[in-house]
Amino acid sequence: MSKEEGDTTRMATHTTTPHQPAPGGDHGHAAHPSGYAHQFEDLGQQLDSSVLGMWIFLAQEIMFFGGLFAGYSVYRWRAPEAFAAASNHLNVPLGGLNTVVLILSSLTMALAVRAAMMGENKQILRYLVATLILGCTFLGVKVIEYADKFEHHLVPGYNFQWPVASEAAGAQMFYVFYFVMTGMHAFHMIIGAGLLLYFINKARKNTYHTQYYGPIENMGLYWHFVDIVWIFLFPLLYLLGLHLGSGH
Amino acid sequence: MSTTMAGPHAAVPPPAAGGGKNYLNATSGLSSWLLTVDHKRIAIMYLISISVFFAIGGFFAMLVRLELLTPKGDLLTADGYNRAFTMHGIAMVFFFLIPSIPATLGNFLVPIMCGARDLAFPKINLLSWYCYIIGAVFALVAAFSGGVDTGWTFYTPYSSTFSNGAVLSAIMGAFFAGFSSILTGLNFLVTIHKMRAPGLTWGRMPLFLWAQYATSIIQILGTPVVAITLILVALERALHFGFFDPKMGGDPILMQHLFWFYSHPAVYVMILPPMGVMSELVAAFCRRRVYGYHFVAMSSVAIAVISFIVWGHHLFTSGQSVYAGMVFSFLTFLVGIPSAIKVWNWMATMYKGSISYEAPMLYAFGFIGMFTIGGLTGLFLATVALDIHMHDTYFVVAHFHYIMVGSAIFGYMGGLHYWWPKMTGKMYSDGWARLSALLIFAGFNFTFFPQFIVGYLGMPRRYHAYPEEFQVLNVMSTVGASVLAMGYLLPAFYFVHSLYKGKDAGPNPWGAKGLEWQIQSPPITENFLTVPVVKEEAYAYVEGGGGHH
Repeated sequence: MSKEEGDTTRMATHTTTPHQPAPGGDHGHAAHPSGYAHQFEDLGQQLDSSVLGMWIFLAQEIMFFGGLFAGYSVYRWRAPEAFAAASNHLNVPLGGLNTVVLILSSLTMALAVRAAMMGENKQILRYLVATLILGCTFLGVKVIEYADKFEHHLVPGYNFQWPVASEAAGAQMFYVFYFVMTGMHAFHMIIGAGLLLYFINKARKNTYHTQYYGPIENMGLYWHFVDIVWIFLFPLLYLLGLHLGSGH
Repeated sequence: MSTTMAGPHAAVPPPAAGGGKNYLNATSGLSSWLLTVDHKRIAIMYLISISVFFAIGGFFAMLVRLELLTPKGDLLTADGYNRAFTMHGIAMVFFFLIPSIPATLGNFLVPIMCGARDLAFPKINLLSWYCYIIGAVFALVAAFSGGVDTGWTFYTPYSSTFSNGAVLSAIMGAFFAGFSSILTGLNFLVTIHKMRAPGLTWGRMPLFLWAQYATSIIQILGTPVVAITLILVALERALHFGFFDPKMGGDPILMQHLFWFYSHPAVYVMILPPMGVMSELVAAFCRRRVYGYHFVAMSSVAIAVISFIVWGHHLFTSGQSVYAGMVFSFLTFLVGIPSAIKVWNWMATMYKGSISYEAPMLYAFGFIGMFTIGGLTGLFLATVALDIHMHDTYFVVAHFHYIMVGSAIFGYMGGLHYWWPKMTGKMYSDGWARLSALLIFAGFNFTFFPQFIVGYLGMPRRYHAYPEEFQVLNVMSTVGASVLAMGYLLPAFYFVHSLYKGKDAGPNPWGAKGLEWQIQSPPITENFLTVPVVKEEAYAYVEGGGGHH
């Protein structure tokens, strides 16, 4: 292509010969490293692009949860006592247990990413399974907590009852946020668990190597993000009214 | 971008000439389209889908205009009228205007202008189209199960308590359409960052790419906020979670804040891409560099940034504090600066340029005039004192239609006429296209200019009946809308005709600069046989070279 580079046009490329490569990622020439996607120049560009894509996706996620956090702030500012009193009906030990579980799962996830960078598929498998077990533990504890709220008439719009009439509206609003924020978080955990299953299967087939570990790195970014959301939810929801003494 | 030229494809020898293969005829069969990951085919699928919704939105607009032909409510009931203008808004905003240029022209051109074989994530691009289709099905279900009467803004408590329309279905439609928009923005941001060809520096990028880049930022940071807002409204309606219900300690104004935090920037999702198209058109049809390239590029980014801090001007009369109103008023005025930079720079580009008057350029001229009127009347409405008089009148309706139709659709139509030969390989009839552009220009102004006057005189929006003294202006508006509709129908005929009978366009029918004009029309599936190397700035026209052709 050196001849055309001297041209005064902006670029040097062949445009006259009709040419049709086979569709899809596999077009017949050998020497593609495994994992390589057709639209990129090489695996380095592919890795950079996919990780940037995940960060942009997470920016989108932050704005998504941000709407909820903004609403929480406004309503808590309006009814601080009711929010604190309502918060005291959450189960701090279970919430604390879940916080520990999630932080541990972040550790195993980070170890899985490290294993992926080293190309150790067996280790990836091991750490992803551990992450999945921890994630499911979290969701199991969440089910216990939700069931408890149904029993104690703390589900807004369904069976909400509150002893102090002046606090009822604010307390109900607290539980609206409790269910929607933890619900959205749990929904992201479930998506994450599904993705973990997918990657566990991939690692079982020795898919990853030192040049191709982007999907696991992105899985890690997503998982850590979901954990961080919980790190904010735990104090905002569970610990908010502790200094007022336990409600029950 | 890797610095090496020896990508996996550079060394591939071109196969024997295969008889005019391109992305359209490379493979055939329905599944080769529905499962394609080719950005160009996805652009065509989007083009067809949004055209359907343009027709649906247009149909409801005609219902509205016909009802307003007479002062009494004789065609539609009050409730039917509410449903007609709501469905018009939902179809046009969520399913036509927001995806219009990014999903069609953007999808087609962003990789080619970057010198890349495809977007960074082709499968996500296909997923985005399916998100759009899922949203579209929800919207159609809403339309056929009685429609929605809340207005396209889904304000509570209309949408949560009082409406008896198919609100949930319409909300799900907007939600999924939003996801398609997010995924498109994500793809463009990564592609523009990571996949530009060697030599294509930020300062050499076509201004269309800069506009798409700024648009994508809004899509990524704004859309998720309206997504969660719509979920909250749906939960309030379905499960009685009283987020925005004062009885339960909620605040309807908060819903409006959250809604407009996205939906005002969404206006710039509609207007930034046509601004990018404008820069391409003005350069190509004036044979000149775009005057003040860096200012035009940066004004796109500035508009994207400022767009996030002006949403409160939708709440001047909703119960927002007066002081917040003053701040939002001031911030809104700031948008005028980058917008004016663009308009003046396009005009400075034309000055002493070698201007030719093909159909795309007629749309560009229309854009400049309409955008100026729409933008300046926006400053009227940004002034709190004036807005208290004019809010919720036809003045507002006229203002935003000058932006969303007079500017956004003019830019879309101009771009479609400019790149149609590239997308299809065929030329349409320039005479018919010019006639259509003139009809649209005349019809548009006849429709909406009277609405400025009738609004200023005090006619409120969203009523199916009005006092008799407003009838003359409303008749003008309805007649104009009929002319406008004819102008929109014509391209359906001459574009389709061009596919069968049109002259072959050749690679560069306009004699324009830009990577997309240096490959064959229609392009091959991979766009480029080898990775292009960019050696010049965008718009490197030879000045004083006289007319083209």
